[in-house]
Amino acid sequence: MDTKVNLPVTEKPKLSVRNLNFYYSNFHALKNINLDIPENKVTAFIGPSGCGKSTLLRTFNRMFELYPEQRAEGEILLDGDNILTSKDDVSLIRAKVGMVFQKPTPFPMSIYDNIAFGVKLFETLPRVEMDERVEWALKKAALWTEVKDKLNQSGSGLSGGQQQRLCIARGIAIKPEVLLLDEPCSALDPISTGKIEELIHELKNDYTVVIVTHNMQQAARCSDYTAYMYLGDLIEFGPTSDLFMKPKKKDTEDYITGRFG
Amino acid sequence: MSDKHLSTQFDAELSGISTRVLEMGGLVESQVAQAIYALSNFSGETASQVLAQEEKVNTMEVEIDRDLSTIIARRQPTARDLRLLIAVSKTIANLERVGDEAARIARTVQRLINTGVSSRMRLPVADLAFESELAIAQLRKALDAFARLDTEKALEVLKQDDQIDQEFDGLLRKLITYMMEDPRTISASIDLVFVAKAIERVGDHAKNLAEVIIYVVKGTDVRHNSVAAVETMVR
Repeated sequence: MDTKVNLPVTEKPKLSVRNLNFYYSNFHALKNINLDIPENKVTAFIGPSGCGKSTLLRTFNRMFELYPEQRAEGEILLDGDNILTSKDDVSLIRAKVGMVFQKPTPFPMSIYDNIAFGVKLFETLPRVEMDERVEWALKKAALWTEVKDKLNQSGSGLSGGQQQRLCIARGIAIKPEVLLLDEPCSALDPISTGKIEELIHELKNDYTVVIVTHNMQQAARCSDYTAYMYLGDLIEFGPTSDLFMKPKKKDTEDYITGRFG
Repeated sequence: MSDKHLSTQFDAELSGISTRVLEMGGLVESQVAQAIYALSNFSGETASQVLAQEEKVNTMEVEIDRDLSTIIARRQPTARDLRLLIAVSKTIANLERVGDEAARIARTVQRLINTGVSSRMRLPVADLAFESELAIAQLRKALDAFARLDTEKALEVLKQDDQIDQEFDGLLRKLITYMMEDPRTISASIDLVFVAKAIERVGDHAKNLAEVIIYVVKGTDVRHNSVAAVETMVR
């Protein structure tokens, strides 16, 4: 399969995946993936369950290393440096490449501390600056006006949509370069989903955003580039408007038009 | 992989709307044929029938448009499904205008009869027969191509549009000669010029239909390109 993917020359790649293979023990979950993820753009991964999109996302910050039987081969270049073989502490990589999960995962602490906790791991800020950072992150995540009067209350008291925005605020508070979103809206109602999508649009001014979603309309709405994956292969990658209007591969077309299966 | 959607209801909606478009196309095609018949035979009755059908065509356009919006809202179609629905929208707009051209011809026939022109002088209406045959054939071919999503046939329609244009130019020259020979025929001849133009427009609408079919199948917008360029795009 032709997996060579070229970005338009105007785009600068932030993450470059080269000949990436991924295994769960003996199961070959990602098959020779090659693609460039453009800087300050939103890139969406779509595909049926088990196609490897979340697996691929979890290689971008070596999240898979938490499980000993999982291994990745190949290269993932973050601004040219291979993060798979990097000697840097993995938590430094994860500070650069933040992640938000499918289910909101607020820490069992106050809204304020949810944000400040991660920042403290990497920076020692005076109280005033920390306050500013917390406010900045909550404003960026479009949550500030809703929580500014209850920063000391527990994060788990928020609604699902608010919790997810809190997690995004936590993710951006440490100022990562890349933000990985693994089905961030699948547990949310349409209004909260709309707010998160609006937020994704805002975030791409400062971050490279990669989103995995089951919701094709969501990919169509909020991404600049879309990749379609199937059974561990990258089938098609291109500008979202092209992929949803005139996909190059019949397999992609069958999937996005609901003729799959 | 199958050509059918997971949702059989969606398949039914898409094929249903395509069928309605073809129904509308059939209606409009017969409207044009009747209008030409009314002209050739100065039949006021047939002209009235053409005008009576206009309302039906308009209603069909509105109904198909409403169904289109419903499908888009409920199914959020993408890729070729979306292209098909966009094509349907453009196709019915073109068909409705073909219906308008037929009605225009019918009204001209009524005027020629009511003013007594048709019985007073011998008008060269037979000369319009060939142009109208070409236009109706083009329309039929475009509708056929739509039914089968056949780009080769659509391409034929694009290629043959020139013939109608040439025929129109020829008719115009003939009618001008006619007017110069006998200035009393000027008013009626101008009516016939408008009829010839209406027929030529029918051909143009058939061409628009053909372009839309290529868009559905190939995903390429071929409007405003030479036929030769379109041919290379399609093949």
